[in-house]
Amino acid sequence: MLLIPCPWCGPRDEAEFHYGGQAHVAYPADPGALSDEEWARYLFFRDNPKGSFAERWSHSAGCRRWFNAVRDTATNEIHAVYRVGEPRPVTP
Amino acid sequence: MSPHAPGADLPEHPDRLWSATEPKASYDVVIVGAGGHGLATAYYLAKNHGITNVAVLERGWLAGGNMARNTTIIRSNYLWDESAGIYEHALKLWEGLEEELDYPLLFSQRGVLNLAHSLQDVRDSMRRVEANRLNGVDAEWLDPQQVKEVCPIVNVSPGVRYPVLGGTFQPRAGIAKHDHVAWGLARAAAALGVEFIEHCEVTGLQVRDGRVTGVETTRGTIAAGRVALCAAGHTSVVAATAGIDLPLQSHPLQALVSELLEPVHPTVVMSNAVHVYVSQAHKGELVMGAGIDAANSYRQRGAFHIIEQQMAAALELFPVFARAHVLRTWGGVVDVSPDASPIMGLTPVEGLYLNCGWGTGGFKATPGVGWCFAHTVANDEPHPLNAPFSLDRFVTGALVDEHGAAAVAH
Repeated sequence: MLLIPCPWCGPRDEAEFHYGGQAHVAYPADPGALSDEEWARYLFFRDNPKGSFAERWSHSAGCRRWFNAVRDTATNEIHAVYRVGEPRPVTP
Repeated sequence: MSPHAPGADLPEHPDRLWSATEPKASYDVVIVGAGGHGLATAYYLAKNHGITNVAVLERGWLAGGNMARNTTIIRSNYLWDESAGIYEHALKLWEGLEEELDYPLLFSQRGVLNLAHSLQDVRDSMRRVEANRLNGVDAEWLDPQQVKEVCPIVNVSPGVRYPVLGGTFQPRAGIAKHDHVAWGLARAAAALGVEFIEHCEVTGLQVRDGRVTGVETTRGTIAAGRVALCAAGHTSVVAATAGIDLPLQSHPLQALVSELLEPVHPTVVMSNAVHVYVSQAHKGELVMGAGIDAANSYRQRGAFHIIEQQMAAALELFPVFARAHVLRTWGGVVDVSPDASPIMGLTPVEGLYLNCGWGTGGFKATPGVGWCFAHTVANDEPHPLNAPFSLDRFVTGALVDEHGAAAVAH
């Protein structure tokens, strides 16, 4: 069970949150120009590192806002949380 | 009738069945991962294709990963033709495997019930029954009373929040004892010359001029003519060392067992809507599973709220379990693909073969995977049954989308 520090509400139980997968996946700037291969990469391929991972969470049972977190998938340690639109912070 | 001690008819723990060995400098085929899939692939490589200069490398101990952590359910009642093809092939192999391996796998065709709790569930389930029959897979639709006849402890009262409106039943489905499956396959493969190297983690794939040449491991470099990946949840990590990105996400999948109970549960019951699956092991534990934890993780443990939800679901379906105690909970790391179907076949690297993405359902496919993957590795081309599961389907769009069709939620 994760204790997730919502940037607005503070540390709350994982059960209050909804997971949104990898952060910083931008919609293609020129969708019409994409090849099938590029569409496949946009739609289906996400990073799956054993280590630091920038990901999205929504505090769905609290303030209902989305934010980003950097979590280590090998240890579940959360290194940083930050607001949508902010750059990924440098973490250890 | 005298009381039947749970587990009294279990076979004795076996003597040593294989020898863990020091790695040689090179092999014709290196298999990464000594779980069920790796062991079955090694066995059929040797038996069906005469390729015996094979090493199976395992970072932990033989069959100590997901093979030791699953809920042992075997079934083939998948909706789509491609899935029915490979899972039914596996089920047919299961039906002869004890005899073939000359080893007790405790394969028990006690049937699997998939319950329906809403009108849409009922319609989807009936559709799947018809699709199964068209593919030669045994399937029946049972009304609530018939569900009760198959499994008397299921609560079919209409007064609960998610009443049982019926279920599909696959009589040939069932369970096997996972440890014995691994031991039986390992013994048979070892007798044909396959070597097992435990505590040997693959840390990198060696590629030269677009062709795999070997693996780097925690016990040194091992040359290989061909490399077959059977690393389940860690496939992304291994494949990345050869520069291959995969459409996979790794998640914890939890399971638990109760204390030993008298035989009360004669079949396997699964429910998507309330999401729990339950069987009773040969020794007497209730074995329960549910869905994956939402967040990616390589930790072999998950969040407790998943267990709470699964226990709530189990209690609604089986009020008789109310006083059972949980004995143990644990997790495995499963690799889930975007269309909830496996990825099997060739890779952009020559001589490197991919078997991954089985998500929550790899155990049931074990012999079928071994059979088809061995063919793929031996012939450098997919077996017809795993051809639909190739990596390029994510580009061509020929997805085998079993989300919502697989009779289990992912």
